[in-house]
Amino acid sequence: MSVHDQAAIDARPRLSRLEAAWVIARRDFVAVLFSRAFLFFLIGPLFPVIVGGLAGAVGGQVARDAVVIEVGLAMSAEDNAAMIAARDELAPQLGGAVPILREVPEAASGLSFDAREFMEARRGNYAAIVTGTLASPEVVGTNRQLRRWQGPVELIAAQATAVTPLTIPQSSAQTVASSAASERSNRIRTAQAAQMVMFLLTMLLAGMVLSNLAEEKGNKIIEILAAAIPMDAVFMGKLFAMLGVSFVGIAVWGMVGWGFWALAEDAIQTVTQTDFSNLPGPAVGWPLFLALGIVYFSMAYLLLGAMFLTIGAMANTVREVQTMSMPVTMMQLMVFFLAAYTITQPGTALEMFAIIFPLSSPFAMLARAALDPALWVHAAALAWQALAVVLLVKGGSLWFRKRVMKSGGAGREKKKRNWFGSKPSAPAALEPAE
Amino acid sequence: MTPDNAAALHHDAEALARPLAIEARGLVKSFDGTRAVDGVDLSVPEGAIYGVLGPNGAGKTTTLRMLLGIIDPDEGVRRVFGHDRPHDIGRLIGYLPEERGLYPAMKAIEAIAFMGALRGLPLAEGRKRGMELLERHELLHAAERTIKQLSKGMAQTVQLLGTLVHRPRLVVLDEPFSGLDAINQGKLEGMIRNLAEDGVTVIFSTHVIHHAERLCEGVAIIAGGKVPYAGSVETARDRIPAQVRLETRARDGGWTAALPEDTRREGDFFYFSLPETGVEPLLRQLIEGDAGILSLSIERAGLHDAFVAIAGEAAARQLEADAQGGNS
Repeated sequence: MSVHDQAAIDARPRLSRLEAAWVIARRDFVAVLFSRAFLFFLIGPLFPVIVGGLAGAVGGQVARDAVVIEVGLAMSAEDNAAMIAARDELAPQLGGAVPILREVPEAASGLSFDAREFMEARRGNYAAIVTGTLASPEVVGTNRQLRRWQGPVELIAAQATAVTPLTIPQSSAQTVASSAASERSNRIRTAQAAQMVMFLLTMLLAGMVLSNLAEEKGNKIIEILAAAIPMDAVFMGKLFAMLGVSFVGIAVWGMVGWGFWALAEDAIQTVTQTDFSNLPGPAVGWPLFLALGIVYFSMAYLLLGAMFLTIGAMANTVREVQTMSMPVTMMQLMVFFLAAYTITQPGTALEMFAIIFPLSSPFAMLARAALDPALWVHAAALAWQALAVVLLVKGGSLWFRKRVMKSGGAGREKKKRNWFGSKPSAPAALEPAE
Repeated sequence: MTPDNAAALHHDAEALARPLAIEARGLVKSFDGTRAVDGVDLSVPEGAIYGVLGPNGAGKTTTLRMLLGIIDPDEGVRRVFGHDRPHDIGRLIGYLPEERGLYPAMKAIEAIAFMGALRGLPLAEGRKRGMELLERHELLHAAERTIKQLSKGMAQTVQLLGTLVHRPRLVVLDEPFSGLDAINQGKLEGMIRNLAEDGVTVIFSTHVIHHAERLCEGVAIIAGGKVPYAGSVETARDRIPAQVRLETRARDGGWTAALPEDTRREGDFFYFSLPETGVEPLLRQLIEGDAGILSLSIERAGLHDAFVAIAGEAAARQLEADAQGGNS
């Protein structure tokens, strides 16, 4: 380096905050990208997908096994047959509203059959048992089952006894692409899905952000950083590095998803029974919605990250970080639930709160983008969220400097404070320093 | 006035005439209601090697952190090269904290370049200068090794080089000799002297008096968060009168009345403080009294004696215990 170059460096006695943040961000970005933590971050989204899929499959099977509703028939053989025939006639129109009817074998044996005693003995697997005649059926069951099945049983009996069976006209159908109700319902689903994806992404990052400063403290390098550049630049640099890492992760997953789609588009549409090309769009349209999704994800991450960085900075070891992660995850969930709940509460005070409260604001606003075409609110919300990020980073770095960067003070007596908590009296006169 | 006193005063006057690299007035810092630093005043002239001397927990690190802007004082002011906010002139400062730390997975050369980048040095230039520094300190072979692959001493040297790579005008070293073996301590002393020769101001904290005595132009003695003395090493030592050791052939006689009041006798020797009038009038009386002088030596007080006199016996004992505790 020439003398001239050195003079140029000397002429700039400090880095700007942005330059300082860039130095930190660049180091952290490269370090995280080539670490094992990034590999876990990459495969992280697989876990909820796998666990969700497994839970769904198991839950579905359990539900199928447990929710087979059968109503027993303990009438005469003819009446039983008439009831079953009538039920089959009504089923195409009423679907699940009519129960599956089964003859109770114990009642058909010819011996006296007490339906009440049979049910109380918890025999068979019937929601209720119908006795009596077609003209006067009697339904035996618990209160809840009676409320549910008495009406359908009467309807079936009426059909069975009708002299002229009910004539059901064939209606013609005319399909419309959408309706206000279905559009709203679809947009709500879009809003929910978008919030869920954003929540999962921020949750994956939280652990990495929490442990970030603990690592610095463990390496004892934090003091070098704090001496060289302002602490808020350190915070900013770390946050943006992690944001960059998350974008790389999203890009990788995006490419994997796109490749998978290109290879198996037909199979996916068949399996999911969804025509993705005709998915109803969010209120602001897909391109803007995706753009807003990226911006709101960045904001959600920066807001939560700034707070987690501060909380994580209090930890000295990985174990302490692990202890902190549970309440932090619970807090994330609370924010998510708040935003998710307000999707169906547009215009209420609760929705306004979710929009104004910085941590839930990105989630609530993303949902709004799915439901409401107005754009100016997003500009206002983003400005507010950006301000909140700056305030949180400033507050976090201030807190860090006050609470974490302290040393020693070993063993000296505390100065007495007076009852009103005012400052201690002036220290005794010192020997003048030379 | 003895010639030594005159030299010390001349030295202080010369130091006062130089612009100040660091100026602190009435620095106070409390943590959880405990005063870690309690009204510290410091004046460090540019180009000086300055020591902050005190036992562990005296407030040395907190004082240095306040000077560097890592933490803000509760009361008082600090100026570094005339700036209230040290971060505004971060490019001019190099800092080696007491707790050494580097990213374990980073290569040595990258660690040096990164520390330079924190102070505004472009990464490429930092790497280039880093290689030069490593070569000068016979560590070129370690340039591409990660920090975790280096020995503790090598890692410490790498961190020190990172502290210097951007060519700061002020270098602040917190307990720099701590953890180094004797050979590396000697090397570090050499580096500090070289920096001062290049006009760099060096301020370091230590609890080992010998380092301060060998290297420093000025010291601040800190104990219990207060600075009872800050000034030149010479002036500190001159606070304790020089000690005279006298050996005579005669054991007794009228000449003994000429000895100062604080004289004590140990075997064949008399010990007493050098009189303010110097040793010549006393010598005349001893010769006239036929004391038969066999030997006479004058020993100046060391910084340790000055520390005991200034900070008290308790602080001195703690200082010795810290030094023997293997911290240096």
